[in-house]
This record gives sequence, structure tokens and C-alpha cells, in this order.
Amino acid sequence: MPAFPSDHPPLLAARGLAFARNEQPVFGPLDFAVDAGEALLVQGDNGAGKTTLLRVLAGLLRADSGDVSIDGRPATIGLRARAISYMGHLPALKADLTALENLDFLCGLHGRRRGQLPANAMAIVGLAGYEDILVRQLSAGQRKRLSLARLWLAPSPLWLLDEPYANLDLDGINLVNRMVQAHLRDGGAALLTTHGAYAAPPVRTRMLALERPS
Amino acid sequence: MIWPATKALMARDLRLLWRRRGDAMQPALLALLVVVLFALALGGEARALSKVASAVLWLAVLLAGLLSLDSLFRGDADDGSLEQWMLAPVPLGWLVLVRTFMHWSTTALPLLVAAPFLGELLHLPRNELPVLLASLGLGTPLLSLLGAVVAALTVGMRRSGILVALLALPLYVPVLVFGAGSVAAAAQGLDSTGALLLLAAGLVLALVLAPLAAAAAIRIALS
Repeated sequence: MPAFPSDHPPLLAARGLAFARNEQPVFGPLDFAVDAGEALLVQGDNGAGKTTLLRVLAGLLRADSGDVSIDGRPATIGLRARAISYMGHLPALKADLTALENLDFLCGLHGRRRGQLPANAMAIVGLAGYEDILVRQLSAGQRKRLSLARLWLAPSPLWLLDEPYANLDLDGINLVNRMVQAHLRDGGAALLTTHGAYAAPPVRTRMLALERPS
Repeated sequence: MIWPATKALMARDLRLLWRRRGDAMQPALLALLVVVLFALALGGEARALSKVASAVLWLAVLLAGLLSLDSLFRGDADDGSLEQWMLAPVPLGWLVLVRTFMHWSTTALPLLVAAPFLGELLHLPRNELPVLLASLGLGTPLLSLLGAVVAALTVGMRRSGILVALLALPLYVPVLVFGAGSVAAAAQGLDSTGALLLLAAGLVLALVLAPLAAAAAIRIALS
């Protein structure tokens, strides 16, 4: 099945990926691939295993069977760390630090894309002027935007976004779409989970529908 | 890659410490409380106090460390920071080591500096002070590293205060025995080098093994 017409191996590919918790299958076995410049929309009801799939791909959970490859190479911990940025439900922000201090720390931890500065990223996500505000004083939506700024600064080509639209207003949803679009134009790829109620980014999109195993 | 991450983590921990300086004082206050209450309970009699001074100081430092152990990874687990540590291009074990070092330098190091004054409060014989400081200097990092493994093991649980203490106790006992023992030996005019060297050997071992064990424990606890 020549699913990939180009000679390039897909940025992310999974073969026979399955995960079970306490002998109960959560998802899989799944086969899918994402090329550079593409988004994969992971859809499914609550409890269908969307978050678990993303955590497995990020390397936070170990798959029971199947394998994941990045750029045609088996995904080791080191390779994943360089290629993947993961944005989960937990914001990984310290409430007692200011917005900019949080970004500085996360940039130190993950590295920073060449030519990108934390202050610029804050302006892009619409948080200009909030640099010195403690994160505990930000709203849930503003924290989400700060997480998006962190994502924007990360040098990784592959974004794993777990419910990126949650807590965001209409303007924020557009922001996510614009960011994903720009990221894909730069040769990146993104996986987004959604339960289907939101508008998808206007990019080349593949779909992966997860169903709760019966 | 490692150096920027290390610097960022150190800066973050110092900033957090400053923002929550009230909480950060708690371990030191507990140690002070133990020492003062002991001095009062023994009636302030110099001879009785000087006999137990080194043991009381060691206990106070150990209890202060135990009290602050739960905060080592708890906050970072709750807000998802540990997840990002696991996904960073820096080895998790190294981040754990840096975090433990910062924790040690903010909880145990102030006590180490205060030890001569607390010793004065307990009529600690002056000639025992160098050995006490040496044993604390080798022993407290060892306690922090052992504690880091225990804290990492329990990081997946909601409330684990007493469990942490129970798990850490058997690991802490040998450190306490050799730490307080080295001072006791010096007090009797015996050579305390043996006990100190054993502490140093334990510290070297823990420096290498404890971060790896704690990192593995964190990966299991958060999966």
C-alpha cells in the first residue's frame, strides 16, 4: 500500500500500535503516518483513548505492542525528546512565577527555536503586557495561551496537542489554527486531539477516528 | 543542552524559594524548635547537654530534612512539570540530581551554617564541632539523595506524608548511626575517620545511583 507517494519517510509513523491498561485494551492496534506539512486530527468520544495515544507517542507511556518511527528511524527516548513537543492537560506552569519566567525556564529545558524570543512569542499568542504577571493571576485561557507560546518557541518539528482548543475563546481557537498552519508551512507536523466540536485548522489534514473498544 | 537546562532549573528553584520564603523557612524553624525544646527539657544543665548535643543536632537536621521531603517533587508532579522534564532532551536523572541539590542547599545548607550557633545553645564541646560539621556536610547530601528516591516512589500518590517518613526511615538509620557515631567517637578521643569515610563512600555511591533510581521511579509513578 503506497500511502506515501514521496521518497521521504513520514515524520511520524506508527505500526500496529496498541496499549492496554490492566489487560483492558485502551486503543489499537493502530496504523497511521503523518508527513511533514500535515496535521493528523485524532477524533473520538471521551474515554476513547485520545490522550493515552498522545502520551504513548510522546513516550510518557510504553506501548504494549507495535512500534513508532520518527523520520524513518525507531523512536528512542533521545530522538523523541528532540523531535516532539507535547502539550497535555497539565500546563506545566509554576503559579508563583511570572509568565515570562515560566517561558524562560521551559526554553532552558527544551531548547529554543533559532531567532525566536520569549517576549515575541508572548506577543504572538496575545499576551503582550502580561510578561510580569504571576501565572496564578492568569485565567485558564491565558495559561493555555502561555503553553502555546512555549510550544511556539520549542525547536521540535512534531507537535502533539491534547485538546488544544479547550478553554480558549473564538480568537484563541483561530490562534491555534494559525499557529498550526505556520508550523506546518515550516515543514513541521502536528497531531491534534479533539472530540469533534471545533473547527479544524485549514491545512492538509488526515483523520484518525478512535472508538472505545467494546 | 545540559548546561542551559541546569541553569534554568536552578534559577527557577531560587525564584520559587524567594516567592514562598515563608514556607521555605519551615524546616529550619523545626530544627531550631527541636534544639531549643531539648535544651529547655534538660534544664539547661551544661554537663547533661554537652553529652547529647551532637546527637540532638543530628536528629534535628534529619527531622527537618524529613519534613521537607514531600515537597521535593510534589509540586512539579501536580502541575505537570515532571511530564515536561521527562520529555526534555536532558536526562531525567540529571534534572533530578539538580533539583535534589537545590533542595539540599535550601533546606540543609542553612542548618549546616547555623550548626555552630545551635551547638553553642546545647553546650557542644568546641573540639567536637569540626567533626560534627564534617559529618553533617557528608551526611545531609546523602540523606537528601536517599530521600529523593523515596519521594520519587511516592510522587504518584495524593497524600503521602507519613508514608514518605516510614519508607525513608530505614534508609536514614545507617546515616544517622555513622553520622552521630563519628562525633561520639571523637568525644571519647577515638579516631572518627572511619565513620566519616564510610559516609563519604555512601555519598559517592548515592550521587551516582540515587538520581537514576529516582528517575526510574518517577517514570513508573507517572505512567
